[in-house]
Amino acid sequence: MPPQTPTRSTPDSSGPINLASSQEEIAFDIKGFNLWYGAHQALHEIDIQIPARKVTAIIGPSGCGKSTFLRALNRLHELTPGTRLNGNLRLFGDDLYSAHVEPAVVRRRVGMVFQKSNPFPTLSIGENVLVGLRLNGIRDSSVLQERLEYSLRMAALWDEVKDVLKRPGVSLSGGQQQRLCIARALAVQPEVLLMDEPCSALDPIATAKIEELIQVLRSKYTVVIVTHNMQQASRCSDRTAFFYLGRLIEYGETRSLFMNPSNPQTEAYVSGRFG
Amino acid sequence: MSVIDPAAPIMPAPTPRWQDSSFKWLAWGAAMMVVVLIVLVGWELYHGAHLAIARYGIKFFGSTDWDPVNEQFGALPFIFGTLVSSLVALIVAVPLGVATALFLTDLAPIKLRQPIVTVIELLAAVPSVIFGLWGIFFLIPWLREHLFVWLKHTLGFLPLFKGPIYGVSMLAAGLIVAIMILPIITSISREILRSVPGLQREAAYALGATRWEVTKIAVLSYARRGIFGAAILGLGRALGETMAVTMVIGNRPEISASLFAPGYTLASVIANEFAEATSDIYLNALFELGLVLLAVTVLINIIAQLMLRAMGGAIKVH
Amino acid sequence: MAEILAVHSTFAPTAAQQAWRRWYSRGVSVLLSLCALLVMAPLFLVVWFLISKGASALDWNFFTQLPKPSGEPGGGMANAIVGTFVLLGMAGIIGVPLGVMGGVYLAEYASPRMNRFIRFSADVLNGVPSIVWGMVAYAMLVVPFKGYSAYAGGVALGLMMIPLVIRTTEEVLVLVPQSYREAALALGISQWKVIVIIVLRTALAGIITGVLVALARVAGETAPLLFTALGNNFWAHSLSQPISAMPLQIFNYAISPYEDWHRQAWAGALVLMAIILTLNLVVRFMSRDRTRR
Repeated sequence: MPPQTPTRSTPDSSGPINLASSQEEIAFDIKGFNLWYGAHQALHEIDIQIPARKVTAIIGPSGCGKSTFLRALNRLHELTPGTRLNGNLRLFGDDLYSAHVEPAVVRRRVGMVFQKSNPFPTLSIGENVLVGLRLNGIRDSSVLQERLEYSLRMAALWDEVKDVLKRPGVSLSGGQQQRLCIARALAVQPEVLLMDEPCSALDPIATAKIEELIQVLRSKYTVVIVTHNMQQASRCSDRTAFFYLGRLIEYGETRSLFMNPSNPQTEAYVSGRFG
Repeated sequence: MSVIDPAAPIMPAPTPRWQDSSFKWLAWGAAMMVVVLIVLVGWELYHGAHLAIARYGIKFFGSTDWDPVNEQFGALPFIFGTLVSSLVALIVAVPLGVATALFLTDLAPIKLRQPIVTVIELLAAVPSVIFGLWGIFFLIPWLREHLFVWLKHTLGFLPLFKGPIYGVSMLAAGLIVAIMILPIITSISREILRSVPGLQREAAYALGATRWEVTKIAVLSYARRGIFGAAILGLGRALGETMAVTMVIGNRPEISASLFAPGYTLASVIANEFAEATSDIYLNALFELGLVLLAVTVLINIIAQLMLRAMGGAIKVH
Repeated sequence: MAEILAVHSTFAPTAAQQAWRRWYSRGVSVLLSLCALLVMAPLFLVVWFLISKGASALDWNFFTQLPKPSGEPGGGMANAIVGTFVLLGMAGIIGVPLGVMGGVYLAEYASPRMNRFIRFSADVLNGVPSIVWGMVAYAMLVVPFKGYSAYAGGVALGLMMIPLVIRTTEEVLVLVPQSYREAALALGISQWKVIVIIVLRTALAGIITGVLVALARVAGETAPLLFTALGNNFWAHSLSQPISAMPLQIFNYAISPYEDWHRQAWAGALVLMAIILTLNLVVRFMSRDRTRR
């Protein structure tokens, strides 16, 4: 039995949670991160380091802040008026919240796929995939064609749609639409792919396809996936973070977190006693 | 994977933030046009009327003289005409509109509902001038030869129905405006009636009430305020009606107790005489009439909007 | 036990009372049905008159010729028909951009308080009588330029359109699901492009519908044109001249003493009604199409 990587759980943060392996590249380095919606504090002193090119799952009961946290990673929470935050959030060393960084730039590096697939209804399949590129000014048709094929292949959708690229994006099945959204996100060459409960609206077969896809994606992209399905988290991810009431309760290698959680709250959640 | 992935980044520099701010300010400017327009309308009318306001002051509202040649201008006949014709329109249109709304929500079979609603919506689409045309060649003769004669015969003891019958009259104007405000009153009443919670009706039925007792007890009393708001909105529309009224009211600036008498409204006199106004003071007097019309209409509309909004935001009002 | 039943029966309605209440109920039903019929009658009457009196006067001349001088039979409304479309075009140029952008601001940027304030103001503006718009355009464009013009008429109609289009645009934009905006922003697309290329395009059918409704409203307006566009018995050779329009011509003909002009007024009314009806039918068709999917 391979030596277990020791994990340290902190009920309240007293220092960053370090990954044992120092050869792992860090994608997100987050220290002392707090976020408020108006007067309500949604995230408390989050300290976490998310490794590059691995899948990190974020689990926790409803309202624990996992979606809020995910959205803070690509500054999408700024759509809600009245949000405030402080703390440090770096992506591969770059401070994402510094004053001169445009949210649009952050979002090109950190892509997102949503709970309910949302291909743009007025665009065809091909147009959906390329919309991020086109609207950012890329016109070269050979580049566009390359990206189209690459993104659809990465999303395991190319063979299914290569002959019908002109059909409306919304004419695909639910699972295919979600893979289309993944392709759309991948087309703009992000470094990170955030996934907010991507399978919650899908049937088991479509879910399995996407879980397969995630394993392929992690070879090139850092994946952070929020899920309320613990089996999915333990199947797909390398690391898991357990959030509760806006705090990061425990974070570590998935196997050890599920089989041998250090924190009693984690244990209660993963054994199904609440949530 | 045998797919080419251009590893070199291909994304160009990000769009500068000024594009987003400029767009936002453009949109803001367009939205603020609404405020600008309110101010503009008020200002232009006031400015256009300032000579008359200065010269006639308060007497403008009490005087019944309208004599452009001798520069005697008084607004009273027009205010009277506007109020009377609008009131007549309300008295006719509100009961009919509410009754039709009741018919549509409670009585009509489902298949009939959409066609009837369509007919009423088409009624709303007919322009004022076409109603006026129809008024001149159908309504006026019919009123003159049938309805007015009957009214005089049966109700002629009332001062309202005394006097010679010309056809063109306050009553004719009131009737035609009633037709024109029926769609809005009906549609708002329908929405209000629909918003009455089913529980109220059920409770009344459970007490053994018949269908219309249910309506009277549970529905109408609940909806009273909203229907009143609909009536006020209808009044606002009625006050501003110009063309159809001009074509059937007779255009005589007189105050009379009889509904058969010709009259004149604020909007009609402006419509008829504006382009012919020869002197500055004449034009200013007409502008002042317009200012009165604007003030009254805006006030009534604000009251109506506030009443309807108080009934819950779901009522669509255009 | 018997006492309980006795108490019950003193409150029960008598048979006579029951019968009367039923008759009353039936009476009310009949009354309401009659009211509904009465309300629908004017439309049928108007349409009947339009067709019976107007169709006979429609001929090739009507569509191609200019009005003849007072009382002479013949002639047509060609300039009025063209004039109406010209004025609608000008109104659209003013009303559509300002109205749509205003709706964009309300739906995408405005705070709830600002939103309520502007919506309320737009509703107030919608209640301003159309003749007042004519007076405003007169003061702004006819007086300084010392002449009636198509510009003045177009501006009067265009200003009227703005509050209408703002409201209809806002209503439609609010229906676009937030997830499309989020997905587009998440791709790193700048905000204005998200609004114009994703949101507006998704809502395009609804926006067009709103514009058509406003145009149909404005197409039939006479009062604002009475002292702005004024009317013209000949072709307007430039937009700074008075121009004819169908509602104006119908009005002038209707109040004239000439039989032939009355005939033409009906014909003009029929054509005008047909234009407005067509716009309304297009709107209905476009609105129905989306729900089928």
